[in-house]
Amino acid sequence: MSERAVLAPRAWRPMALLSRNAVLAALVLLILLNIAITPHFVSWETLNVNLTQVTTIIIVAIGMTMVIATGGIDLSVGALMAIAGALAPLIFEGKLFAIPSPMIGVALAYVLPVLAAGAFGWFNGLLVTRYRIQPIIATLVLFIAGRGIGQVMTNGNLQPFRNPPFQMIAMGHIAHVPVQVILMLLIGGAAAWAVRRTVFGRRILAIGGNERAARLAGIPVDRTKRLVYVISGLCSGLAGLIVVAINSSSDANTNGMGMELDAIAAVAVGGTPLMGGRALIVGTILGALIIQIVRYMLLANGVPDSAAMVVKAGLIVLAVALQFQGRRA
Amino acid sequence: MKVAVSARDIVAFSRYGVVAALVLLVAFGGWRYDHFLGAYNVLTFLRYNAMFALVGLGMTFVIMTGGIDLSVGAVAALGSVVSALLSPFGLWPGVLAGAAAGLAVGLLNAGIIIRLNILPFIVTLATMLAARGTALLLAHNTSVAVSYDTNFMAIGQGDFLAFPIPAWIALAAYVAGSLLLNFTAFGRVTLAIGGNEDATRMMGLPVDRVKLGVYAMSGLAAGIAGVILAAQFGAGQPIEGNGWELFAISAVVVGGTLLTGGEGAVGTTLAGVLLLGLIFNILNFENGLGWISLSAYWQSVIRGAFLLLVVVTQAKLTARDRKSAP
Repeated sequence: MSERAVLAPRAWRPMALLSRNAVLAALVLLILLNIAITPHFVSWETLNVNLTQVTTIIIVAIGMTMVIATGGIDLSVGALMAIAGALAPLIFEGKLFAIPSPMIGVALAYVLPVLAAGAFGWFNGLLVTRYRIQPIIATLVLFIAGRGIGQVMTNGNLQPFRNPPFQMIAMGHIAHVPVQVILMLLIGGAAAWAVRRTVFGRRILAIGGNERAARLAGIPVDRTKRLVYVISGLCSGLAGLIVVAINSSSDANTNGMGMELDAIAAVAVGGTPLMGGRALIVGTILGALIIQIVRYMLLANGVPDSAAMVVKAGLIVLAVALQFQGRRA
Repeated sequence: MKVAVSARDIVAFSRYGVVAALVLLVAFGGWRYDHFLGAYNVLTFLRYNAMFALVGLGMTFVIMTGGIDLSVGAVAALGSVVSALLSPFGLWPGVLAGAAAGLAVGLLNAGIIIRLNILPFIVTLATMLAARGTALLLAHNTSVAVSYDTNFMAIGQGDFLAFPIPAWIALAAYVAGSLLLNFTAFGRVTLAIGGNEDATRMMGLPVDRVKLGVYAMSGLAAGIAGVILAAQFGAGQPIEGNGWELFAISAVVVGGTLLTGGEGAVGTTLAGVLLLGLIFNILNFENGLGWISLSAYWQSVIRGAFLLLVVVTQAKLTARDRKSAP
């Protein structure tokens, strides 16, 4: 009887509900604030600009969320974007190998770079599982070498191109919705479903919660971890393709630069604990949106980008500090 | 009977390994290229790499406590901008301002890490952004020329006893760092924190004070590296320093300091810095011979491969340790 009294129905505790949905509440407040103070905030242009800037961050951050949920981290995401972005034009322009027809070239340019990034992700996972190297160091290897590989492949040159079928991924629309946004939603939906409803998702959370216990419970820890790094690699590869398709050129020097920070920041602001054990995919998407809108708000109101960086830093610390406070309470 | 390999042995192995690799690489370079061991190349090399040596030293202490400082590159950029802005007032105002800027960020890092109990990794990631933003803000998004009317540039371009001043600074810092680690309570506690922070705290050792010290040192070292950067290239550079933190971490790892903390050495970080720097130097000489033509981009690939080699070797030794343990 007393048990029932303790476990009061959730709907009766509005404060708890608010704290659980703090990220969403913050986003809504931000949007309301912007509607009030930012000129022309409610317009298709604003929506379009913000969405195109944020989709690649979200796609990478979704992979990052799953890695962080296992208690790991992936610093190589930006470098893998550079590799995938460098590979695509080399493939559809037939510089790497002869292609039978332009369409097959484009198809291969979609698939091979993403697979290559996935393979590098597998390599990260191998270092983490086989050699028991801390994730931050294991992925540091490709963080350093990965961009170099992309630069060596292209000799560090900008590769301009015009290839409408390939650029569909960034420029195209399906029912007035940009293709990249649809891709982002699909990936987000798949990830959220995988985390909540599949055995794989349970295993990720178990490993992040207590790896030793997970291992003793017979969970294939190493296989699951490798898969998570592969997923992060695949997401990075896709994001790399989107970036080069938007720019109509591939530049391994800048593609994905600093992406690891943006992705980790989105995960942190979204409420996923950085020690692992939980994976809030929707939170990550909201977190990325919050960071994006704060930045847009500052820029649109005449604050320089450099000051916006300082604000973003404060935001990350605040979000993580609140997380820790919440857990202690 | 299997010989147990302890963490200490791994460190020792890496120490000898890195020193041996450094000696071999120097010998190889001296044998293969004219002028490689010439005064010009050696002194230019040391003058340039002194900056990385300083950053690496601060990072070594932070990593020995089991922490990490990702902000060093951006802090160096901030230090270079601040010192360039104050260089018209003379050598010392410029140097002190740059160093103070670095120290301030270091103290900020320590304050957040200790008071709010947030992972060092995430705190320094945030301050990296903040320092970079502040540097860009102060510099109005462009590089800031240093004053040519004062003797500020001596700290980057000058010589003392025919040896570059930046190299003197780095050398002095390493001697001080080595003494600090090996002969003071501060050094003992630094390693103790990395070994087991909770146990160290329960023994009543000043954990927070020492952590404050190591992050402050790391910030200070990065700030001074920034001063040297500004003086050496004649301008404060708000966008310089990208990836310095990773270079420093690689040097620390290659130098045999365990990333989990608790074990480490100062001198071999210096060897690690020189080794990673030499890779670039040798690449230049090799290209000069004309047999091959490897672009500068190869250096990051080679450095990454080298880091891979070291961490996998360390990991294999640790794994053997784990198996041989009862």
